[in-house]
Amino acid sequence: MPPISLTLGPVFFHWPAEQLKDFYFRIADEAPVDRVHLGEVVCGKRMPFSDPVWPDVIERLEQAGKEVVLSTLATPMTVRERRSIADLCGDSRLVEINDVTALPVRTGQPFVAGPFINVYNGATAQFLIQRGARTICPPVELSLAHIAAIARTCAEVDFEVFAFGRLPLALSGRCYHARLHGLHKDSCQFTCEQDPDGLVVDTLDDQSFLAINGVQTMSAQVQAVMRPPGELLSLGIGRLRLSPHTCDMVRVARIYRSVLDADEETERALSLLSDLDLPGALVDGYARGRAGAEAVATP
Amino acid sequence: MSERGRMELVCPAGTPATLRAAVQAGADAIYCGFRDETNARNFPGLNFSAQEMAEGIRFAHDHGSKVLVAINTFARAENTEPWRKAADIAVASGADAVIAADIAVLDHMSSNHPGTRLHLSVQAAAATPEAIGFYADAFGVRRVVLPRVLSVQEIAALNRAIAVETEAFVFGGLCVMVEGRCHLSSYVTGKSPNLNGVCSPPEAVNYLEDSNGTTAQLSGFTIDRYEAGQPTGYPTLCKGRFKASGKTGYLFEDPVSLNAGSMIVAFRDAGVKALKIEGRQRGKGYVSEVVRAFRKAVDAVEKGGTPTEIDSILASMSEGGRQTTGAYRKTWR
Repeated sequence: MPPISLTLGPVFFHWPAEQLKDFYFRIADEAPVDRVHLGEVVCGKRMPFSDPVWPDVIERLEQAGKEVVLSTLATPMTVRERRSIADLCGDSRLVEINDVTALPVRTGQPFVAGPFINVYNGATAQFLIQRGARTICPPVELSLAHIAAIARTCAEVDFEVFAFGRLPLALSGRCYHARLHGLHKDSCQFTCEQDPDGLVVDTLDDQSFLAINGVQTMSAQVQAVMRPPGELLSLGIGRLRLSPHTCDMVRVARIYRSVLDADEETERALSLLSDLDLPGALVDGYARGRAGAEAVATP
Repeated sequence: MSERGRMELVCPAGTPATLRAAVQAGADAIYCGFRDETNARNFPGLNFSAQEMAEGIRFAHDHGSKVLVAINTFARAENTEPWRKAADIAVASGADAVIAADIAVLDHMSSNHPGTRLHLSVQAAAATPEAIGFYADAFGVRRVVLPRVLSVQEIAALNRAIAVETEAFVFGGLCVMVEGRCHLSSYVTGKSPNLNGVCSPPEAVNYLEDSNGTTAQLSGFTIDRYEAGQPTGYPTLCKGRFKASGKTGYLFEDPVSLNAGSMIVAFRDAGVKALKIEGRQRGKGYVSEVVRAFRKAVDAVEKGGTPTEIDSILASMSEGGRQTTGAYRKTWR
């Protein structure tokens, strides 16, 4: 096993069932990722569409030797959504919790604390580790130095950095896709499906700024934390998370893998990455303890 | 569900003078924080030193009011000491409760100060019986400040399913995002509610004037634009004007504030124990006026006043800026 692992995070967007299936089958066959997260995290209303594809996808990924993690909703509200969390937490596979709702039912069994769980310090990390946390992917606004300070106090778990993709910045009770289309969340007509990478929000000066994805607000720009493996290891970081987009994610995974295997320099990897059909410019300000929207420093 | 008693009016204070004003205007409880990044209203010139906190608590207790100390940001990994110290000082000063969101702070409180009431801050965004039950079981949390994403019907159902008190925001600023899980401010400015106790901080704001009017920016991103002569607003990120899909407008939320004064009866019927007024950054005069009006309204509700009476008591509160009842009515979503 390579020293730093690659994780494919959950798909944040409302992709049609067939697209999800094709996507994960290709990941199973071709992507050099160790772990794959599945499941709806953003909006419980989408679950009836994606739920039927998961058994086949899980089977295919596991046959390909990938470790499957079942991700759970970040803002459960309804009885049905809460029940789905309890059901998923009963699974023998690794489960990612994204809301404290899942914590009591999963306590004592291994879990991933996802980026929607507020782990800002070692005491919180330790508390979760005692209850079963095996991997912690801290909130996206934390710098690598800040994550390292937490990791130093918890040697027994993997710390994972959100390394690629539009940043999940906020969640709301309100659906912005519905609002934009003059609809309410309860009768949203699933307009979020029209934007498989989220819908970009520009400032009045036409500066690309944010992206909306139903109840979620993301960055318009694409996070790209590209660091040599030695640096990541010295920070106590054991995993990088790649967040799915419609661009060639197999290629994205290969680029990151080649840097982690020290086959590629970070500068060239960033240039290869920016050649892909990405939804936005590359940023990594958060990793450097700066505003998240700051562009990746180019030499 | 907590038994139905008199609803408590919980009021903000950013300074000792405001605390005294709120007490005198009839607040049942005042919430406030220390002058550092341990609280979610970490603005220049606001908040309390340790000594001011002790004096404020003494004043409030002498007048029959409680003080709830907000230590509701997330302790920094590199140095959790300020959060621990804030909790210890709050307890030593006689705080009636500590309001916290971070598991580290809650854990410190329940391990070292089990005799002090713990309230779960809105920054923890606990919105389900399971999440609230977890905080109650793990740390002995006695009251939950509800995230502003629930409708009043959902609050009623929640209260039937939990064993702790609930507190609902009734007036003031309105977060449209789930509190404690919003990184919009740090994405743009590097400073966030969770880490620094600030959102869209003043030092990142810039107003650019030209012949067409004023552009309000936050760290170089245009948040809104005002024509010449139009009053300018503060560029709070989620209440800015943006473009998407060929449409221009307030995509996230209009520049409105929360006023759920018309729903006090509904809150009481939903089993809400305390009503909270937002605004620790507000001046003494404003806080006095709002607290006085809501004191009258809550007392009228307790005496069985009609909605018309309540509305007329609160009429002065709806002048000026635009207001909403937010998520409390389901159509907001």
